[in-house]
Amino acid sequence: MYYVAGVDVGSTQTKAVLMDENRRIAGRALTHTGANVVKAAERAFDLLLEETGVQRSDVIYIVGTGYGRYKVTFGDTQITEILCHARGANFVFPGTRTVIDIGGQDTKGIKIDSRGEVLDFAMNDKCAAGTGRFLEAAAATMGLSLAEIGEVSLRGQDGIHITNVCTVFVESEILSHLAWGRKREDILRAVHYSIARRSVSLLRRVGLDAEITFTGGVSRNQGMVAALQDVLGMPVNVSDDSHYMGAIGAAVFAYERAGTLSERALAAADWQEGR
Amino acid sequence: MDSQDGKATPELKHQGAGRWLQKEMMSDYYRALSEAPEKGEPVAYLFISGNVGELMRAFGFHVCFPEVNALQCGIKHISPQYLLRSEDAGYSADVCGYVKNDIGLLLSGNKTPFAHVPPPSLLVCNYAGCTTYIKWWEALAEYYGCPIFVLDSPYNRLEHIRREDIDYVVGQLKELIAVCEQVTGRRFDIDRLRETLALARQAEELWVKILHACKHSPSPLDAYFEAVFLMAPIYTLRGTPQSVQYFQAVLQEIEERLAYGLGPVPQERFRIVMEGPPPWPKFRTFWEMFKGWGAVTVASTYSKVGGLWDVTGRYHDPDHPLESIAEYTLNCYVNWSLPRRRQLLLDYARDYSADGIVIHSVKSCRSFAAGEADFREEFSKELDIPTLLIESDLIDPRYFSDAQMKNRIDAFFESLEHRKYVAARAASLPSPNREGGGGEVQIRAD
Repeated sequence: MYYVAGVDVGSTQTKAVLMDENRRIAGRALTHTGANVVKAAERAFDLLLEETGVQRSDVIYIVGTGYGRYKVTFGDTQITEILCHARGANFVFPGTRTVIDIGGQDTKGIKIDSRGEVLDFAMNDKCAAGTGRFLEAAAATMGLSLAEIGEVSLRGQDGIHITNVCTVFVESEILSHLAWGRKREDILRAVHYSIARRSVSLLRRVGLDAEITFTGGVSRNQGMVAALQDVLGMPVNVSDDSHYMGAIGAAVFAYERAGTLSERALAAADWQEGR
Repeated sequence: MDSQDGKATPELKHQGAGRWLQKEMMSDYYRALSEAPEKGEPVAYLFISGNVGELMRAFGFHVCFPEVNALQCGIKHISPQYLLRSEDAGYSADVCGYVKNDIGLLLSGNKTPFAHVPPPSLLVCNYAGCTTYIKWWEALAEYYGCPIFVLDSPYNRLEHIRREDIDYVVGQLKELIAVCEQVTGRRFDIDRLRETLALARQAEELWVKILHACKHSPSPLDAYFEAVFLMAPIYTLRGTPQSVQYFQAVLQEIEERLAYGLGPVPQERFRIVMEGPPPWPKFRTFWEMFKGWGAVTVASTYSKVGGLWDVTGRYHDPDHPLESIAEYTLNCYVNWSLPRRRQLLLDYARDYSADGIVIHSVKSCRSFAAGEADFREEFSKELDIPTLLIESDLIDPRYFSDAQMKNRIDAFFESLEHRKYVAARAASLPSPNREGGGGEVQIRAD
């Protein structure tokens, strides 16, 4: 069996996905990016091999993506995560026409065609408002973990509006709401809706064609999924693999390129294996 | 310089001439400007867009463009100290970077490695399209205690320039002539103005030939990254014999490139139209992001801030001196209505066979930035023209993020590559490793 891999080095987490020669996902690995980006990419890939028990020499093509894509020194090529999220969303949800990706530093709206090709994209500009970092700042101010806040926000009631778009200043806005005796869940609900509204405004720049697929680390947050669906007035696709979507897309690209480059190698290998 | 058709490298006679001469001329220009006060020669401050440089020269004024001084600081990486200096003095972070750089420079003594900027004898506020600029000149007038003349050029809300608007500006030019006579103590000499205008026209016609050469494929010139450098004498020295000689030399260089199939990248893979000013402090970095993809700018709007002769065909005219100056003043790019600017971008994309449009929107300049998001929206959604909108600033490096910028540009060309090459052949191709770009690239600007 031969494999390809996608390694997505994001600002917060590094994800790696293994795909087998039948174009099926064969394994996933996740690690914190930290300060050493090259190490993070290697660590994620080693973890992937370890968990799947696949030999390094059996992985014939690797695509790096994410901000640290050029640090995937063992990769064969690099592709931006914009194309990879699009291709990943198309792989998992073939009906996808619009992708909303909310990561640590970036929010992207991507319009794609039926083959997962990017037709247009728009991204947040110059600051991290409306991204994972914004949620992180809010969580820290409340003394909660990132994993907790989504669930807490689901219990919140409407009534508070978070107006700040600055990831730093939002902390003092939250503190002032706390000082007024507002409930934590209500404040968190407002934080989630603030991000949802910013993200939908970004999506409108590329168009809001169904189906919409939500990808990136923040897609694991149930509160965010609920807020986004409410603001959009339509359902969004979310999978357990949503935060791996960039790595999956990278693996799909790796599969396609390996196919073009190494058809003969694969055929020879198949013959050797007696199939 | 790279040959794109594999011909043997010819013996090139003119390559690099434009770049070398531009540097020579700009340092001569700045030397003369720096020496003006000790020689007792008058200095007029002007804005680039729609400037009345010829009229000033006819009175013996040195023309000084604080916008050019600011961009020089930007490209020489000395703008941050001046931006901070003006912010110390109370200017908001949101104020135009050119204004802040100039105020900071003034408060720091007006000395730079390239010039000792002289004080103005007269401030001519030909602010066309930009109201912030009126406040800039007002601040300078207050600081220097110097006369200011506000030349009001009505916004071009229609398709064509109206006769009434020209008459209105001509009336003001006559008032300006009286002010110039007072400041310099010289009588207005119409013949000298006619001579200056004749020289201006020659330079303008040569510049247009150079720009039109970009219709060839491969394009011999990058109409943004090279043109914005080469264009400097079209405003700093327009109306002088040197500027005519300079543009003759640049044209020879471009014609030689055409003859040998040379261009700014090893292989032209994408042709783009560029809207908006460059990020001067990150000029090289920004250019490399395009070169790596084999992307060449074939037309740009920023290289037309000195004049839109390539599309209007309305040159300075010695036979109609004041009228042609008035028309030129009204006809500058940022003074055009949004529908006209939109049409210009579409015309450039069609006439220069572009694959897409890149809009570099800068925080400093509202005149440029207004409407750019609408252009992107319409071009990509309704007209199906691949359009990329990226944002930073023209002089403030704090607004330029390398990784974010590269990510957007890479994604744009990745999908353009698919559209132009991969989809066209209905086959996937291995992509070259993008680290450092494809092939050897040359850096041709500071």
